[in-house]
Amino acid sequence: MTVNELISTGYFKPVSLPSPNREIVGAYVGDLLSWVMGRAEADNAWITIMSNVNVIAVATLTDVSCVILAEGVSLDGEVLSVALEKGVNVLSCELPLYEAAIKLGGMI
Amino acid sequence: MSEELVFRFKVDGDDFTSAGQASVQVKKNLRQLGLSAEVIKRVSVAMYEGEINMVIHAGGGDAEVRVSEDYIEIVLDDKGPGIKNIDLAMQEGYSTASDTIRSLGFGAGMGLPNMRKYTDYMDIQSEIGVGTKIVMRVNC
Repeated sequence: MTVNELISTGYFKPVSLPSPNREIVGAYVGDLLSWVMGRAEADNAWITIMSNVNVIAVATLTDVSCVILAEGVSLDGEVLSVALEKGVNVLSCELPLYEAAIKLGGMI
Repeated sequence: MSEELVFRFKVDGDDFTSAGQASVQVKKNLRQLGLSAEVIKRVSVAMYEGEINMVIHAGGGDAEVRVSEDYIEIVLDDKGPGIKNIDLAMQEGYSTASDTIRSLGFGAGMGLPNMRKYTDYMDIQSEIGVGTKIVMRVNC
């Protein structure tokens, strides 16, 4: 499933979408950036509640296909512009982390 | 004889939000050199953890990445307070980071352990009040 196809399901809204055709292979859930750095795989969708600019660096370095901000977390403008500049897809949803993971897991 | 490539970066200690820039740039450079995804990932993770450590604990420092035929070497040099107990700092979960740092998603005590995990060689030289120098190598 691509990031764009995930958005078309209606559960996840695009926040930053520079690479809509990235394929999602598996997912990772976590907020501790070092932990995510070491464990998220390339092409994973990464679900988190962290939204500072370091999230974009970690997403770039791990090469995840998208960051999914759960629990209604949003990005501030500065972080959004970094995400666009670095080509990082960011989606958001109102669902709590667990429900977001369950929802995603049922689709990919 | 092949020439050694060296990338040098100044890691800004005042700007926590820009931490990671050197690692992202290194990743880009290594990609252009056509190194394997596995090697690039290991170098990026180790470098990023080191960069974050320098920002959190040492007020920044210098990073140097050397690409040779057999391995990639990362040298991180700072003039920070030094590491009191290296064995303790190498333990997963041990951290001296502040609550503010933790609220940003760091300070889990995974930095140095991750650096060791993702590299084939790692050496830490640290002196209290003088600084810390870390050399890491990832085999190609």
